[in-house]
Amino acid sequence: MTSLRYEVADRRKAAAADFWLRWEVLLLVLLGIVMLVNSRLSPWFLDYYNLLDSTFNFSEKAIMALSMTLIIVTRDIDLSVASIIALASVFMGLAAQAGAGVPLLVLIGLATGLLAGFANGAIITRFQIPAIVVTIGTMSLFRGIAYVVLGDTAITSYPAGFSWFGQSYLVWSIPFEFVLFLVLAAVFGFVLHFTTTGRRIYAIGNNPVAARFSGIPVDRYRLVLFTLNGLMAGLAAVLLTSRIGSTRPNIAAGWELEVITMVVLGGVSIMGGSGTISGVFIAVFVLGMMTFGLSLMNVPGIVMSVFVGVLLIASIAVPILIRRMLRR
Amino acid sequence: MDLTALARRREVVLLVLIALLLAAVGARAPVFLTPASLGDVLTDTAILLMLACGQMAVILTRGIDLSVASNMAFTGMCTALLSKYHPELPIAVTLALAPLIGFCLGAVNGALIAWVKIPPIVVTLGTLSAYRGMIFILSGGASVVTHEFSRPYLDFPRQSLFGVSALLWIALVVCAGMAVFLNFSRTGRSLYAVGGNPLAARYVGIGIERCQFLVYCLSGAIAGLCGYLWVSRYAIAFTEVAFGYELTVIAACVIGGVSVAGGIGSVSGCLLGGLFLGIIGNALPVIQVSPFWQMAISGFVILCAVIVNSRSEARKGKLILRETEPPVPAPLQVRPETPS
Repeated sequence: MTSLRYEVADRRKAAAADFWLRWEVLLLVLLGIVMLVNSRLSPWFLDYYNLLDSTFNFSEKAIMALSMTLIIVTRDIDLSVASIIALASVFMGLAAQAGAGVPLLVLIGLATGLLAGFANGAIITRFQIPAIVVTIGTMSLFRGIAYVVLGDTAITSYPAGFSWFGQSYLVWSIPFEFVLFLVLAAVFGFVLHFTTTGRRIYAIGNNPVAARFSGIPVDRYRLVLFTLNGLMAGLAAVLLTSRIGSTRPNIAAGWELEVITMVVLGGVSIMGGSGTISGVFIAVFVLGMMTFGLSLMNVPGIVMSVFVGVLLIASIAVPILIRRMLRR
Repeated sequence: MDLTALARRREVVLLVLIALLLAAVGARAPVFLTPASLGDVLTDTAILLMLACGQMAVILTRGIDLSVASNMAFTGMCTALLSKYHPELPIAVTLALAPLIGFCLGAVNGALIAWVKIPPIVVTLGTLSAYRGMIFILSGGASVVTHEFSRPYLDFPRQSLFGVSALLWIALVVCAGMAVFLNFSRTGRSLYAVGGNPLAARYVGIGIERCQFLVYCLSGAIAGLCGYLWVSRYAIAFTEVAFGYELTVIAACVIGGVSVAGGIGSVSGCLLGGLFLGIIGNALPVIQVSPFWQMAISGFVILCAVIVNSRSEARKGKLILRETEPPVPAPLQVRPETPS
């Protein structure tokens, strides 16, 4: 007898079903279906320039989804990101009215995001309050400040050069925003999957207490991640404000839910500890291409939200139900 | 109960805060404290109070229902369209149908959460979008405006009985019903057990899935009823009715001392939390502060409330290791050398 008497229960033998039930593979299949359906339904869908221009609609959200992924992997959540955009955009607008130059505007946008994110993280870690409650509060507070400052007015007096960030193209008419997203996705993917920091982020999400006992400064990590998330929202604020060239207090309303939808659809467990940047990366395209296809067919935005909501639930429910059936 | 224990109770603190708030507003504008004005504040807050009670039941079981506002708007649109095309239907039908539609929408949430085991925040995030979009599909993007409603549809919540509007009576009945249910029924108590410690609840034989399903149905039914009341009160139904209101509802719960970690919360706390927000919202125009301040103020209040909550909850029950006297070091024993 050479075989082992015991086998490791948590390491099952790889089966073909495991590959096909991998989230990224399912998402790729889904993306393929979306592309196929869209290209059948609209002759303008598979157009090089159209496809690249459609990335304008999701690049800012996608950038925020990257840092939100890290937050959700550590079992936290940040509902205040859209409000941080509003806050950062308002401060940029005020600075623009006061005659600030383009570099200063960008700096103000990023700094506002950074500080707002730091405030979230500081309250959460200092008082040990669940992130969802704190960020519901700051969501209201940050956007509230935007309303207090602007009321029902808008700021549109941005300097001419400022529009570069959100409206310019690099080589082969690829939008700058999209390139920025690709670069950031590579950086985030590298940090999460190939560094000690990334492993520690998973460890925190799987078991914060055990992570703390094994010497990971859990609260410092969470504080840094929330600050980073704020910074990314600040960056998104720069891009969005530059793209639409105006600031209203209701800018980016409801985006927090769209960003979280991207992350969750990407296979990141809301219970923390699992998920990949590649999954989120594909999910960004699934959602982006689906909304682009629907808009080509003149489906109003509010009806798209039905598709997005159903997709979010179905994409999680269907694999669970399939696994349950296979187990029988 | 001695005075310090009383002062530590969340409800007492909130009551004092509300009294202070009323006094402060009354000092600036005495008209705010007249019975008629206070009655208006109550009527304005009635819907929030009911929704907060439903939401609390959900949060007690460690869940969250983000779809209440969308549910409310959808049900509101259903009843509005019914009133527009079938004005002959008696009001009792609307009153029965609204909670029923809401119940069905809530049951979808509940089934997905309890039996498919998808985390509540994901499910209700999805239905938040889906239900909102369904309003547009149902109405074709059109709104139902004042003159299109049937008379009884608009008049019912405004009727007054013993000087109190029907809307407020309904809120009273719903909130009192919730209080009785949570405090005196077996199922109600088991909700606290499910949220406090799901594993222990399972071991004593509580059907966790049943409890979860029930709270989302309950929250949905209340949202449905509120949908009719909301549309009737503002006499308009459109796609964006109560957009983002779910967060106000959750805020009312959090201010009222409901713990999002589950298992802690009371109806009276919820009501006071909702009243606090309602008074702020109604007082601002009276003391001539721009209503644009409302959001920032409620955000600030929520943050203060959760920080206070964390202080009072942190020390209770979560402290497993206590500092004791440092152990007396055992006298050193010289071990006999082992022969090598």
